[in-house]
Amino acid sequence: MTNPVQDAYPVNDVRGLFPQLAVPVNGMPLVYLDSAATSLKFGIGLRKELDFASHEMAAVNRGAHTLAAEATEKFDEARATVARFVGARPANIVWTSNATDGINMVANGFRISSLGRTATDGRFRLAEGDEIVVTEAEHHANLIPWQELARATGAVLRVAAVTDGGVLTVDAVRAVVSDRTRVVAFTHVSNVLGIVNPVTEITALAHSVGAIVVLDACQSAPHIPLNLAELGVDFAVFSAHKMYGPTGIGALYGRDEALAEMPPVLFGGSMITYVDYERAEYLPAPAKFEPGTPRLTQAIGWAAALDIMSAIGREAIAAHEEALGSALYDLVEPLPGVRILGAKHGVDRVGLVSVAVDGVHPHDVGQFLDSKGIAVRVGYHCAQPLHRRLGVDSSTRMSVGMHTTLAEIEFAVDVLSGVRRYFGEA
Amino acid sequence: MSLEALYQQIILDHNKRKVGYGLGEGGTPSHQYNPTCGDELNLTVRLDDSKSVITGFEWEGKGCSISQASASLLSQEAAGMTIPEFTEFAEGFREAMRSRGAIALDEEEFGDLAALSGVSKFVARVKCAMLAWVAAEDSLARAQDSLD
Ligand SMILES: Cc1ncc(COP(=O)(O)O)c(C=O)c1O
Repeated sequence: MTNPVQDAYPVNDVRGLFPQLAVPVNGMPLVYLDSAATSLKFGIGLRKELDFASHEMAAVNRGAHTLAAEATEKFDEARATVARFVGARPANIVWTSNATDGINMVANGFRISSLGRTATDGRFRLAEGDEIVVTEAEHHANLIPWQELARATGAVLRVAAVTDGGVLTVDAVRAVVSDRTRVVAFTHVSNVLGIVNPVTEITALAHSVGAIVVLDACQSAPHIPLNLAELGVDFAVFSAHKMYGPTGIGALYGRDEALAEMPPVLFGGSMITYVDYERAEYLPAPAKFEPGTPRLTQAIGWAAALDIMSAIGREAIAAHEEALGSALYDLVEPLPGVRILGAKHGVDRVGLVSVAVDGVHPHDVGQFLDSKGIAVRVGYHCAQPLHRRLGVDSSTRMSVGMHTTLAEIEFAVDVLSGVRRYFGEA
Repeated sequence: MSLEALYQQIILDHNKRKVGYGLGEGGTPSHQYNPTCGDELNLTVRLDDSKSVITGFEWEGKGCSISQASASLLSQEAAGMTIPEFTEFAEGFREAMRSRGAIALDEEEFGDLAALSGVSKFVARVKCAMLAWVAAEDSLARAQDSLD
């Protein structure tokens, strides 16, 4: 690569941080092009988790002993690290199990409010005929919770169309937004197309009709420097396991007002100020959304991973990945019988390309790549309606991570170019 | 694992040739769906007038080479069996597929289907190979129900 950023990026040092890259697959070096599904983990992050669990474990936010106080401090620091990483304050970060959990929590906030039992949450109360807007580019995690909410409340689900190239325009969203719109839920980056959607414009549009904006930041948070406060969305969700951190933890970001208005959706200990047999009073956010013993080890591990990313440099990682993504697109595009889902020109993209190979099922494509140590995702990537919209049943997805090299991309595309011949299609 | 352990030439051929492809009218078609990959298969078992012998299989569907070849090879190898013969045959096939490579399909008994033996080492692909068989058993069960 001639890109100066690329030259400066210490990719070999970065690779050394991932123990899994040293483990061969089928006797071949692992070429991990499945970061969009889940990322590899840093050895340092895993050791931090182990160290914490081995030496520093204690219940947080309660108990007077030394270990409890120290664990609480580390846990709070972890929240602050996650918050900083996405341009938020700690009070705006609610721990979740993953992004899916976060979206469900917000949808359940609407559902509980719509039962009409609380007073402070007018914007969360849905009535028959109110409208929920999603887009054709959504992962099932940002579709089904809204479908179910619509069913439960009598609200109507409206779906903003993408172009044949998978592009979501502000006009397409405008076409389905009305003064009945209460929620606009959409993805920052499509996990099938890699296309970056125009968040600020869509958010402004949604806010102009008083709707609450829920951003699925699963595929942006690991790759694009993110400032959620600047983007202006009301809620956002993302998962640690796609950000080189542990499974089992994620975050729900909410603006102050949004978290204050949304009712609690899970109930139990650690979230209350007062309880009697009739009722309970709740702590302010984030505590009111976090009953029960939290994901302590995972929070420590996630923060460790984000610290490493920050030390390497978010801009540098993004530039590296963008160059690789662009090379990937350009190398795959001319292959005969291989169709890329999603446009390249006129849109921003992350390093992710999904393809449909003429006459060869994605399972077979994936198996063929796997035999050379190349890990990709096959299927419909939890986005059936989007695949249907693009006229394919399923696809093969290659997604880069901060450890990916140009040589890996070239190798993967070279192997991909032999798939059709192997299966008798060329 | 080597690609050749999975994709024997017979499989690649049947993925193109597709014995039994094309659904006729009537009968008791079974629709099977694999939610992990979205693959679908419709298959009808045809019985003779005495309703005791399988005269053939008809199927249509979309899926990977393993699922297509398995449907095609099933149609080739199991036509002409009595119902009890087929039941035992399907059990044997299932057992081999689930054996994680421990049981190879015997060529004497399974004919060209033996080419699918390697699938059992690829745990993620066993479902693909079983799709047509599950459909066949379902179609057969419903054909028998409709006799009662
Ligand atoms: C765009 C998008 N949204 C939501 C999800 C769900 O994330 P999780 O499975 O971590 O909850 C994913 C990941 O699979 C995704 O790519």
